[in-house]
This record gives sequence, structure tokens and C-alpha cells, in this order.
Amino acid sequence: MTAQSPILEVKDLETQFHTQDGTVHAVNGVSFDLNSGEFLGVVGESGSGKSVTMMSLLRLIPMPPGKIVAGQAMFEGRDLLTLELEDLRTVRGGRIGFIFQDPLTSLNPVLTIGFQIMESLHIHTKLSDEKREARAIELLQLVGIPGAKKRLESYPHELSGGMRQRVMIAMSLACSPRVIIADEPTTALDVTIQAQIIEIIRDLREKLGTAVIWITHDLGVIAGLADRVLVMYGGLIVEEAPVGELYANPQHPYTEGLLGSIPRLDQKGMQLINIKGQPPSLYQKPDSCPFAPRCPYVFDRCREENPPLLEVKMGHSTACWWDMDNQRPRYGS
Amino acid sequence: MAAKTAPTAPGANSDVLVSVKDMKKHFPIMQGVFRRQVGAVKAVDGVSFDIHRGETLGLVGESGSGKSTTGRVILQLIKATEGSVTFEGNELTAIDPEKLRKLRPRMQMVFQDPHASLNPRMTVGSIISEPLREHNQAKGDDREQRVVELLSLVGLAPKHANRYPHEFSGGQRQRIGIARAIALNPDFIVCDEPIAALDVSIQAQVVNLLENLQGVLNLTYLFISHDLSMVRHIADRVAVMYLGRIMELTTVDRLYNHPQHPYTQALLSAVPVPDPKIEAVRKRVILEGDIPSPANPPPGCPFNTRCPMAQKRCVEEVPEWRQLRTGHWVACHFAEDTPDVAAVETVEAAEDPPSHLPSAP
Repeated sequence: MTAQSPILEVKDLETQFHTQDGTVHAVNGVSFDLNSGEFLGVVGESGSGKSVTMMSLLRLIPMPPGKIVAGQAMFEGRDLLTLELEDLRTVRGGRIGFIFQDPLTSLNPVLTIGFQIMESLHIHTKLSDEKREARAIELLQLVGIPGAKKRLESYPHELSGGMRQRVMIAMSLACSPRVIIADEPTTALDVTIQAQIIEIIRDLREKLGTAVIWITHDLGVIAGLADRVLVMYGGLIVEEAPVGELYANPQHPYTEGLLGSIPRLDQKGMQLINIKGQPPSLYQKPDSCPFAPRCPYVFDRCREENPPLLEVKMGHSTACWWDMDNQRPRYGS
Repeated sequence: MAAKTAPTAPGANSDVLVSVKDMKKHFPIMQGVFRRQVGAVKAVDGVSFDIHRGETLGLVGESGSGKSTTGRVILQLIKATEGSVTFEGNELTAIDPEKLRKLRPRMQMVFQDPHASLNPRMTVGSIISEPLREHNQAKGDDREQRVVELLSLVGLAPKHANRYPHEFSGGQRQRIGIARAIALNPDFIVCDEPIAALDVSIQAQVVNLLENLQGVLNLTYLFISHDLSMVRHIADRVAVMYLGRIMELTTVDRLYNHPQHPYTQALLSAVPVPDPKIEAVRKRVILEGDIPSPANPPPGCPFNTRCPMAQKRCVEEVPEWRQLRTGHWVACHFAEDTPDVAAVETVEAAEDPPSHLPSAP
């Protein structure tokens, strides 16, 4: 990875959902950058805010009940969060592509694959009908769908799960976006199909150089894909590091626990670490560390103040009051 | 802990508790006004294996491979189309319903979805004591006492008995499901994807609980899962299913270090390892295409449409289910010729987890 100026800069993003039971604080001040051509992995459990963060960037969350309370998301010199809806539409599906988790619910069942791919070309480009069709065929070939020309006529139900996800990838690539946001794109797929999709993404990245944000709960999937990883918990980024550094030297107790709690294909006799307790309720805004009730290193300060995300080594940031390397509190408290 | 009924001989690990022979389950496809049968979904198409007392047999496979159906047929929740299932020598497929009911307490199930498998209108206490009521075990105070005991066995508090399932998180609900399954002191539990619906940090809690209970209650598990890493962790032996058939069955060590069936090899190589250094250098077998439909499986070996080694014989002849060496079963004509490679180099688990971290509950 060559260091470049970021193409997407997110600052202090906060998203809430106002429900009957109270306000859900889904994202509580998230800041990160995405560099051009970079592969950014975002890891977290359900409810950690990883999907809502990315959906908020394109204002794809239902509003109401959702509300982006604060923040800024600079992309190509413009703030996506305050952009006129008309202009935002040129970004959605045009400059930024989105791949959703479940291709069966995100494809329209009564329209052909071809129509759905060409629809975004129709909206975002001025290509002629023939050129559009040629581009659609090219895209389907790019994601390895055999008999691409014939497949344009197919309906989503005629394709298998893996094929549908390929179509979703083709659609997201249609307008040569600078960024693709993939929200758990392989979670609904079997492991051999997941391997196919990962291979396609790897291949496409080399060919096209698109930046990718890959949201997942599976630390295994992004280990071989990402350049940099964000770990999210309770609507916050708790750790951020280059991929090798994160796995070899986690600096947040949650990341450490997570890595210890998943069994590995290449290890026998491994004892799984129990992360005790449950993920946090999001009905309150965290004014202390959200991981404190489950943390094995917890001490007084953790329950009083929420630690900021600060760089502790080159490119490696963590939001924790405890210094894991030296086994003592950080920042001389 | 209550005294276990029907104690089994200690250390008798090799005796067979459950035996499945040439078992098939075909679901008919009906069509037309007269609901005529036009075909069949061959969910399970001839599987044979034994489950030994005290062991955990992992049953892995992709969706649609027939692993859940196999588990359900063993427990007689659905009837087999053909073949035999025995439990301690009792043939279950042709058993008298009254006799089957007597055996039911000894074989139980933990379901995948803890949201769907608990009745939302029943309190946790009544959910857990339902099997006791149903089988007239423990009455009155004894029953309440037993519920408290079961709750503490699965790491819940006595006060939880009066609450309703919606008040619990996914992991806790799965604990309730496990408490219900062990209420009648079973010998055998089918765990059907018990952790698939849970968050990563909760999966380890539930698996550690299952392992603990196995030790304490002397349980035998059939652990159905698509998570090959977790199966390596929990199972003693593993069976790999594909399109209604078992492709390979052997001990955990042999399966993960010396898989002989091309499907097992591809499957293992597709599982990502959470370690960037390993992922960067790993060689992968990427299978082409998808699993064929079980309503219309290919002739010969079910894997021949995707197998990198497929030859003419594979299309013409169904491979025999044979023992390659003691305890290593495989269904492939060319199992001897597959390269002997592990998907990843196995390392002994590093050290014990850091001492400051809590281990098993």
C-alpha cells in the first residue's frame, strides 16, 4: 500500500434511531479515513454499528426513525451528509457502489438481471442502448458468470445464491465507482461459494484498483483480504490497525478476546476464551467504556470515562485505558 | 446434580450407541390437481455410520447437503424412507410408538434458532420443566428443585425461571434450549447448528458449555455444523456430507491433516484462517459451480460435476463406501490417488490462554 491522501474522510459520525422504547444510539462518534485503492475491513458483532455507519454515509438508513445527529463525510471534496439529494444520487451507485448481504432480497424478483444492471448505467451514464448492453455483458463476464449474454434475460430466482451475489457485484461495478462498500457479502453463502466470491473480489481489486470497505463479523474472511481493519463495538471504533499488526498484536481487550474465542482450522487442542456477558444495550449513550462490563482488565477509570481512539503505535490506534503491552494503565492515570 | 439414571460403563468409549445403515430420506415432489408424485428430493441418499458412546461426531456439509435431515431422522422426528437406525440395539424405524416414547427421554435435540425453538408464551421454568411433566419425572417441589439445578448447570440464575424467552439474549436463550435438552438425563443429543445464529463472542460461551456438560453428564453428541473450524475444536470424529451422502468419515486429526476425498480437501481449503500471514501464502482449491439440486442429483458420484479429479468412471459408477484404513471411511474411486496434503499446517495450540482471562464457566 502506498500512502495516499484519503478519498473518504469520516469525522465524528453519530446516528440514532428514535423508537417507541427509546433512542437507540447506534453510532456514537465514528471517525476514519479510506485511502484510494485501499481495502478496509470493518469487523464487529451484530449491533456494533458497522452497517449503520456505512449506510449513514450514503443516507441509506430509514429516516425517520433514523437520524444522523452529527458528523461529516468528505468524499471528492463534498460532504455526503449535507449534499442535496439530487447530487447524492449521482454518488449512490455511481461513485460509490454498494453490495448488500442478501442478494435475494436486494434484487428485484420481477425484473431481469440485465435490466437491473443496465438500470444504473441508464441513470448514471449517457451510454446508448447497445453500449449499455455490451457493458452489462462485460460486467457479468468480469465476475465470472458463464454465458453472460444469455444470463441478461434471467430472473433472480433462476440463479443460485453465489450467482446472485456475483450479479450484485457486477451491478456495484457498473459505473466504475471509486469506492465499493460491501456489507457482509459472503455471510449468506456456503464456504466453497464464499471462496469463489473472495477470489473474484481479489482479482477485481488488482484489475480495477477500486477502494473497498468490507463489513464482516468473520475475522477469518478479511485476514487474507484487507490492508487495514477497524474493529467496532457498541457503536464505536475501538481499534484500528494494519491487518498484520491487528492479528499479531491486538491492543484492545475486545479484539484480543475475539481472536481467542474463535477456533482455528489450523489449531488443535485450543482452549476457547469466554468473553463473559452480553454485547451492550444501545439505549444509552456510552459515557464510560462500552466494553468495561465484559473486560478482564477493567479498572476504575474505565467505568468513569470513555477512552478516546488514540494512536499507540505507527498506524495502530486503540480506545482503551489499559496498556496491554506493559500491563498497566495508559496515559498515566 | 441428580443421580444419572441408567449409568453407563465408565471408559466404555468404543461401544456403539447409535448406528445408521443405508439410511435414505426422500421427500416427494407433488404436482397437479391430483397431487401426483413427480419426483423426489433426495435429501439423504444412503448414509451409514456409527456413533460411539461418549464421543462427539461432527457432521459437516454445505446447505442442502442433508445434515439436518440426517439428525432429524435419527431422532425419528421424521421417518426414514429406507434403511435402519438403531439406538442401543433398538431398531427405531419400525419401533412400537409406545416403546419409542419410553426411549425419547434418552435422546434429545438442541435446535439452531433459539428464537424459534422456545415458546414465547411460556416462562423459562415451564419450558425447562415441560419434558419432566411430559414424562412424569419429578413432581411438585422436586420438579422446581430440578429446574433450579438445570438452570445453574447451564449458567443461569434461579430467578430466571419466572421470566419469558424474549427477556433473554440469543446466547442465554440457547442455554435455555440446552437446559431443556438435558432435563431428562439423556444419553444422546443431536445439536443442530447450535451456534450458527449466535454472535462470535457468544459462540465460544455456548460451545464451552456443551463441552463441560458432556464431561459432567457423560453425553454423546451428534454436532451438526457448517463451521469446520468449530467442528475441529469440538468433535472427536467428523463426517463430511455432500448432496445427501457422506463423502468421508474419520477422526478429527486424520480428516484435517490427511483428507483423502477431493471434496473434503476443497472444503477445508476454502475455510479462511484468522491469520494474515497464513492467508497470504495458502494455496486454495477453488471449486467451480454450485451444489446440484438434490431433486436431480448427477449420476455416479454426486461430486463429479465439481470435482477437479473427475473421470469417466465417476459419472458411471457410484463410489463404494469403503474403509481406506482402520477408521477412515471414504466414498471416492480415486481416494488413494489424491495428493496427501493438509489444507493448512496444523500447529499445536500456542499456550494456555493468558491466566488473567477467565476460561471455561
